Amino acid sequence: MKTIKEINEKIKKGEVVVVTAEEIIDLVDKKGAKKVAQEVDVVTTGTFGPMCSSGAYFNIGHSKPRIKLGGGICKLNDVPVYTGFAAVDFYLGATAIPDDDPRNKVFPGEFKYGGGHVIQEIVGGKDVRLEATAYGTDCYPRKKLETLINIKDLNEAVLFNIRNCYQNYNVAVNLSDKIIYTYMGVLKPKLGNANYCSAGQLSPLLKDPYYKTIGIGTKIFLGGGIGYVAWQGTQHNPAVKRKDNGVPGAPAGTLAVIGDLKQMKPEWLLGTSMLGYGATLTIGIGVPIPILDEEIVKYAAIRDERLFTQVVDYSQAYPQMVPGSLGEVNYAQLKSGEITVQGKEVATGNLSSYSKAREIAEELKSWIKKGDFLLTEAVKALPGAESGYTFKPLRERLK
Amino acid sequence: MASKKIVLHFPHRLVNQPIVYKLVKDYDLQFNILKAYVTPQEEGLMILELTGEDINFNKGIEYLTSCGVKIQPLSQDVIRNEIKCTDCGVCVPICPTGALVVDPITRKVNFYDNKCIACELCVKACPTRAMEVRF
Ligand code: SF4
Ligand code: SF4
Repeated sequence: MKTIKEINEKIKKGEVVVVTAEEIIDLVDKKGAKKVAQEVDVVTTGTFGPMCSSGAYFNIGHSKPRIKLGGGICKLNDVPVYTGFAAVDFYLGATAIPDDDPRNKVFPGEFKYGGGHVIQEIVGGKDVRLEATAYGTDCYPRKKLETLINIKDLNEAVLFNIRNCYQNYNVAVNLSDKIIYTYMGVLKPKLGNANYCSAGQLSPLLKDPYYKTIGIGTKIFLGGGIGYVAWQGTQHNPAVKRKDNGVPGAPAGTLAVIGDLKQMKPEWLLGTSMLGYGATLTIGIGVPIPILDEEIVKYAAIRDERLFTQVVDYSQAYPQMVPGSLGEVNYAQLKSGEITVQGKEVATGNLSSYSKAREIAEELKSWIKKGDFLLTEAVKALPGAESGYTFKPLRERLK
Repeated sequence: MASKKIVLHFPHRLVNQPIVYKLVKDYDLQFNILKAYVTPQEEGLMILELTGEDINFNKGIEYLTSCGVKIQPLSQDVIRNEIKCTDCGVCVPICPTGALVVDPITRKVNFYDNKCIACELCVKACPTRAMEVRF
């Protein structure tokens, strides 16, 4: 019906019609998918939650005399980075923590400062302290480096997250009789609370469940700036059982994303501390869905009531890799503040901010309307539901 | 005028006594119950915001102490750093008094500090550490 090229022409002329993934729902209810497919050109999605498989790589430029960080040790504000590259490249992971962090020795550990916090400070334009030691070579003689660095002076500062934007996620509960501290937050004993982590009807991959438009090369809102889908994310699992409407009823697809950190904003990249679990980074991502035909509208207009996920026990089943669900709930139930698990009313909490997801979808909408953001054609599709691509457990072996 | 938030611990034997009523009747104090419950050990726990003339306020406190009620000032406050809060809502089911509530329309998390008893449960549970203890 429409092509991305035609939509981009409309964007350039200022004639494009953009609505958020929330707004499209009522619109389709009122006018029907067919009409909306003709009238609307783009639907914007958004999500804002902790995403641990994130980080950034940097090139800091060569010192005089030269030093080879590769094979050496390098820290930013005491947080170790990965140096296994050439001389002055390194990667800072969101969950890295200082060597002297007490971790979980005093349980539950607080994890006040880690890689995610360093990234937030770097993006915010703050100086960070780099300390490095190297073994020294004929061409790179220097063995020690101590300096402040600032993002504006770096050659490259690139956010590169190998798994973000999970298509759906578990609801975590605790069946045991003691409090537990997880990446899904603090879980009170005996079904004391139920934590979930998704923007539901605003979440990018829930609104394009078969990856019809979101693919490798898709241009996105990333950390307040522009980024791209680089690949399917790790643990991409498109073969998960789907509901009648095509949407996976459990964690499924993921995205690897990349973008220039220099144009991102610290409000959308937040250092985060999960009590008893670790440090991480909370990231804002928004993906535009071009409305090419009626089918894409139908998927984009699926509401919270028809998006389902599984309730999982994080005291036993999750850590012990025991499959199974304590029940299925939809996002409207989760958002109501209470769900029923094993006959008990359990209060819910979201780790992912719905109001921020909405802000992101609105922001991306305004960029597109202003003509600042053109859509891209995916250069390659993500592995789909029928591709045979799976997410396997580790088979441990010694030979 | 004095107005303070205080924590009252009632020993088991006092749980059924009309003590708070006497504060109103004999000492002309106004109170606002922020939280009240009986613990499994059957100790009564009540958090009150008590308001009245200074002299009456002090007399009221004296009266409570003489009955055997243990009084603790609610000296520290938990505040929310609005810049750090992402309105995620993961603190909502953690809070025992309903001081943190999701607005169903805006999906933002409202913090009603008049309901907060500074138990600090949310402080470390908040992923961006937006809830801060102020002494
Ligand atoms: S957990 Fe923290 S960031 Fe989330 S709503 Fe509560 S105070 Fe705000
Ligand atoms: S300190 Fe936090 S958890 Fe405790 S009452 Fe206040 S808002 Fe609720």
